[in-house]
Amino acid sequence: MSELGTIGFGLFIILAAVGGAATLTWFERRLLGIWQDRYGPNRLGPFGVGQVASDMIKLLTKHDWVPPFSDRVVFVFAPTAIVVAMMLGFAVVPFGPDLYVIDLNIGLLFFLGMTSLAVYSVLLAALASNNKYALLGGLRSAAQMVSYEVFMGLSLMGVVMLTGSFSMRAIVEAQTDLWNFIPQFLGLFTFLIAGIAESHRLPFDLPEAEHELTAGFHTEYSGMKFAMFMLGEYLGLILISCMIVALFFGGWLGPWLPPIVWFCLKTFIVICFFILLRAAIPRPRYDQLMTLGWKYMLPLTLFNLLVTGAVALTLKGG
Amino acid sequence: MPVIHIDGQEYEVEAGQNILQACLSLGLDLPYFCWHPAMGSIGACRQCAVVQYLNPEDNRGRIVMGCMTPVMDGAIFSLNGDKASEFRRTIVESLMLNHPHDCPVCAEGGECHLQDMTVMVGHRDRQYRGKKNTHRNQYLGPLIHHEMNRCITCYRCTRFYNDYAGGTDLAAMAAHDHTYFGRHEEGVLQSEFAGNLVEVCPTGVFTDKSLMKGYTRKWDLQSAPSVCTGCAVGCNTLPGERYGKLKRVHNRFNAEVNGYFLCDRGRFGAAFVNSEKSLEYPGLRGEDGRFNALDHHSALMHMVHACHAEEGKNKVAGIGSPRASVEANYLLRLLVGAENFAPGFSDREQPLIELALALQQDSPALIPDIQTIESADAILILGEDLTNTAPRIALALRQSVRNKAYELAAELRLEAWQDAAIRNLAQDQRSPLFIASVADSRLDDIAEDRVALAPDDIARLGFAVAKLIGGENISELEPELQARAQAIATALQNAQRPLIISGTGCGNAAVMQAAAQIAQALCQAHNRAMLALAVPEANSLGQAMLTGPGAQSLAQLSKRAAAGKLDTLIILENDLYRRGPKASIDALLANVANVIVLDTLDNATLSASSLALPAASFAESEGTLVSMEGRAQRYYPVFVPRQERRASWIWLLAVMKESEREEVSELHSFDDITRACASDIPALSGITGAAPDAHFRNAGLKIPRQTHRYSGRTAMRADVSVHEPKQPVDEESPLAFSMEGLNRSQPGSLLPFVWAPGWNSNQSLHKFQSEVGGHLKGGTAGARLLLPATGTSASTATQPDATLAPSAPQQPGQWQMVPRYKIFGSDELSVHSPAIAELVDPGFIEISSDDARALGVNDGEGLVLNKPDNASQGELLTIAVATLEVRLNDSIAVGCAGYSVGLAGTEDIIAADKLVLSKADNWKRHKPQIIGSDGGGSTGGDHV
Amino acid sequence: MFKSLRSQLTTIWTILQHSFTPAETVQYPEEQPYLAPRYRGRIVLTRDPDGDERCVACNLCAAACPPDCIALQQGVREDGRWYPEFFRINFSRCIMCGMCEEACPTNAIQLTPDFEMCEYERQSMVYEKEHLLISGTGKYHDYNFYRVSGLAIDGKDKGQGQNEAQPIDVKSLLP
Repeated sequence: MSELGTIGFGLFIILAAVGGAATLTWFERRLLGIWQDRYGPNRLGPFGVGQVASDMIKLLTKHDWVPPFSDRVVFVFAPTAIVVAMMLGFAVVPFGPDLYVIDLNIGLLFFLGMTSLAVYSVLLAALASNNKYALLGGLRSAAQMVSYEVFMGLSLMGVVMLTGSFSMRAIVEAQTDLWNFIPQFLGLFTFLIAGIAESHRLPFDLPEAEHELTAGFHTEYSGMKFAMFMLGEYLGLILISCMIVALFFGGWLGPWLPPIVWFCLKTFIVICFFILLRAAIPRPRYDQLMTLGWKYMLPLTLFNLLVTGAVALTLKGG
Repeated sequence: MPVIHIDGQEYEVEAGQNILQACLSLGLDLPYFCWHPAMGSIGACRQCAVVQYLNPEDNRGRIVMGCMTPVMDGAIFSLNGDKASEFRRTIVESLMLNHPHDCPVCAEGGECHLQDMTVMVGHRDRQYRGKKNTHRNQYLGPLIHHEMNRCITCYRCTRFYNDYAGGTDLAAMAAHDHTYFGRHEEGVLQSEFAGNLVEVCPTGVFTDKSLMKGYTRKWDLQSAPSVCTGCAVGCNTLPGERYGKLKRVHNRFNAEVNGYFLCDRGRFGAAFVNSEKSLEYPGLRGEDGRFNALDHHSALMHMVHACHAEEGKNKVAGIGSPRASVEANYLLRLLVGAENFAPGFSDREQPLIELALALQQDSPALIPDIQTIESADAILILGEDLTNTAPRIALALRQSVRNKAYELAAELRLEAWQDAAIRNLAQDQRSPLFIASVADSRLDDIAEDRVALAPDDIARLGFAVAKLIGGENISELEPELQARAQAIATALQNAQRPLIISGTGCGNAAVMQAAAQIAQALCQAHNRAMLALAVPEANSLGQAMLTGPGAQSLAQLSKRAAAGKLDTLIILENDLYRRGPKASIDALLANVANVIVLDTLDNATLSASSLALPAASFAESEGTLVSMEGRAQRYYPVFVPRQERRASWIWLLAVMKESEREEVSELHSFDDITRACASDIPALSGITGAAPDAHFRNAGLKIPRQTHRYSGRTAMRADVSVHEPKQPVDEESPLAFSMEGLNRSQPGSLLPFVWAPGWNSNQSLHKFQSEVGGHLKGGTAGARLLLPATGTSASTATQPDATLAPSAPQQPGQWQMVPRYKIFGSDELSVHSPAIAELVDPGFIEISSDDARALGVNDGEGLVLNKPDNASQGELLTIAVATLEVRLNDSIAVGCAGYSVGLAGTEDIIAADKLVLSKADNWKRHKPQIIGSDGGGSTGGDHV
Repeated sequence: MFKSLRSQLTTIWTILQHSFTPAETVQYPEEQPYLAPRYRGRIVLTRDPDGDERCVACNLCAAACPPDCIALQQGVREDGRWYPEFFRINFSRCIMCGMCEEACPTNAIQLTPDFEMCEYERQSMVYEKEHLLISGTGKYHDYNFYRVSGLAIDGKDKGQGQNEAQPIDVKSLLP
């Protein structure tokens, strides 16, 4: 692709991701409605899709209040950090054989880096709010990120070993014969859980935990700044889904249909699965979350790494 | 201390108690009805049953009544055993057989001891199928409502009314399940303490009639610790408020002062706070002579302007008030300067009150609180009608004369709580009580001897007693009085704790001096003597302490005003027309350009003012009062004053702040004023100890004025606005206008209400006491400012040139005016309470029937009181002072005529004046009226 | 670990099955829901079978009310009957919990199957006695508190209530 084309595609991806995230707010509620035997937003427009627009209008016109007791600069900066980090993460996502913004040879690491940056947003928001609920949310977020970041990276190392490359494109192309989710089922499982935790989606939304902490780190946020956090969360959800598809489910690979359609379809299914998790599983306690991360997930990932390493070595040697 | 076993637990208990007392003191819940901490046990209701075991091997035990069983070392009891609890349950069931289904419409509901006990024993369903007994109710006067159906025949009412308070017109009638508690016929209950039936009755037979309309449940009342302003005794009260109205007054326990009981003036008289006469806005007299309402600030500016003293000229004077707080008086004194401040006593009263203070300060005798008065075993009352001037002390005296009975009981090793046994044992034997007064009194029935004498003769009798005790000769005295004096002296000398009571009541300084001399003589004879001197108003003594001797009098101020040396006169909560003849007060006020009056209710003085400021009543403000025993006590606002009403101290402080006066630059809060007053006035240095300051916190929390069940918070004001206002913040006291906080174990001066889990009635008090009937856990309220003088050398005040010889006989055809007080009517404010107003009579004059015959008048006819005009030297020329209704009273001292103090038509009479009486023509009876109410009452009636 | 994992998976599976169950939601206001007679909606004050107001202003409802949204003041009629001088419910605070109805000893205060009481003005949510008092007996048709109570009122002297004996003649010597 030409320079201009790349920039154009980048912009298109940003718009699509933001639009997708916006639609997702409505779609998630409808889907949760179906699974919880109710309707969800169904009043505005066909199937209530107008809800997206009305929510947008509401958030845009809401009083954008900065608490007088907060650290003003950081308070305003915090919500932008998560959106920027997540959007940058999309740069390395291979939507098709030739559809990507950039094919970095360290694409996977770039993605991990970007998602890790998102935690700053939460921490800064929590600190700048000068609110005890926000602070508690921030503390939880920090602990959660540190714990789950560790095996999130490790869980993908199996994939990297099998492929022998960090390039996202190379990873997808390496799955032509066998999608990674079969040899790397443990990796998929751990990455899935780490991914949920990383994007603070339910059931791992302890930093928000509205039953305990009103709204956790974004208690003091309203209007567009609040919308930025929501946007960041949904972008994170899409990004993680894209990565799962690319890393474990063969990316754009698939018969008959164009590659981009395959990619979108797979991503859509993974998103639905995330929403199903939200509908089905309750939030664990904080200590349970830590126990799960350190006592089960980390050993499991290390085991996966060991076995994959051994198998890869054997295959290579043989 | 004996150790007893209750349900397997070992407890150390106080010797001489019964099991019920011991259990309650230990915090164990044992139901009871007829027992009362102040009245002892009679074992009538059978409710406090426990099982007693002979020894550890005994596993059957027997049921005994807790209130009748003394604690013994090693005794074994079961409180919660099946047998005892089943017995108690069936007792409540039988008491409830005839109890009506009334709780929703019963004024006791929610604070009913019967409800509490029923829940405590677990009785639920009435199994008896028979019909319920019913009774007809009686009209018992405007204070007490009677609903006889609810009676459980515990006999507490008659035991209090007859045995404790000496009433005669309430009795248990008929027999078995027909027992009826009431009067022999409908009519007003005659005892001055009838209101206590409301609190004594464990259920709703006797309830507060003034609360029947506009009733509020206990849990909905906002209440704060307060002090009664009805007289100088300083009983502790708990006024309750709802919707901006003072709903009721209950007793606040203070072991040293009022204990469990109040008088009816205190209980029902506080409703003056709700009077229609109460001021809500400042008023400035306009050109047309009418008052125009002002806002808070402009009223303040008017006052600042009027108070602005020109250089070199001191033209502002202030008149304080013995019914206003120490703090407000102190600020006014600060504002106008000590030399321009009159304490606000009448000219007759001022030397008397100053003398009363001096005598008490110098006396080596103990100045007793009421608890100590109850321990007196020989009493002499000189010239004071206590039942009407200091009612709660009269009630205490009825207990002190029982000390003889307790002595007899001790000989037989009977416990003091064996009420019926001790009463039967003693019959009519009492500790000696001698009364020398101008006429009969309500204590005559318990007096060993009573003599009616003119005030000067009372003093002579007193001096004679003092001389006898001092071993001197009294042969100058009339032989009849000699015998009396001898009897009194002997009784006082033989007593362990003799008590002499006198006061300003009969308007005679010598009487009080005589009392002080007797006390001093007794002290010199190594007797622990007590001296109590009654003063008229809630803060009379505090006022005397504030100004010290030789303060400006009203007469002096009048003189200065007449000389044109006064521009502005600030009158603090004082109706001057009650302090002197109308003509002289009129003259005083007319000679001053700016008359600024701060008061709660509209009165004649306020009507004559040029600027009227609405002062908050005792229920809406804080302040310190000094009672007649020299106890400084704090009262707190029960509710936030409505409209522009402010506490007087707030008005005065604001004026001084606006005038940028140096003295108040450091005064910001109520506590600051109290502290400044304490450091400025040595006699009042103890007032800071009256109660903790505003920084006090109970376990880190303020003390709530509202119970935790206080209802309607989000609806009370919703008719005005659905947006609820913030709860008012009280920065001046440790109490909060909210239900948040801790009401437990705080100092007794901060007890806003009593409630304990399972104990909704006032019987929950024992949970706040260190032991049942004892002091409050947090300490007793108030700080004593008067301590017995150390040396026995008497000051000059107590050593007048006492002559025992009879004075020259009175001129024939003249009568000496002696004051007669009325519990309902003599007090300024309580008569504005609607219930009390119903009991107030028109003014009267008491003369003996012989005198009446000589004057040719009958009971109920009119009598003109004339003052001989000295200037003309002719007997025919007289000035009519008043015309009053005649009441025949043969007990009145010879040559004396008693006039009703404070009642309509008597304001121009001065005590001890000698007046000529003559029959009034065309006499028409007055309608009951209150002095200074509309100006009409002060003109002396509508006769021709 | 495996047990809890299985439990989570079962849950997910169960929820997934709900994709095929119809929604329970009633499409109010097009569709009106069924409200049982004992539904806890708008509060009313009822009258006794004789047509007099049942409320005796005992204050128990106000005490029971969790958001403290009931305020009233007792008054008393000439004949001794208690009644509320004013009775106010702040429905903007009311949580329709029905505790007031349970506390009421006279069946005066009752909740009705009506919840449609929206207002644009919050102040209009404050209901006074004239808004609350209805002309009927509500759910309980026969109860009349003053027939059971021992209080004498107009038309019912002492001893004329249910299960009451004639007033005792104190002067009688008969047992």
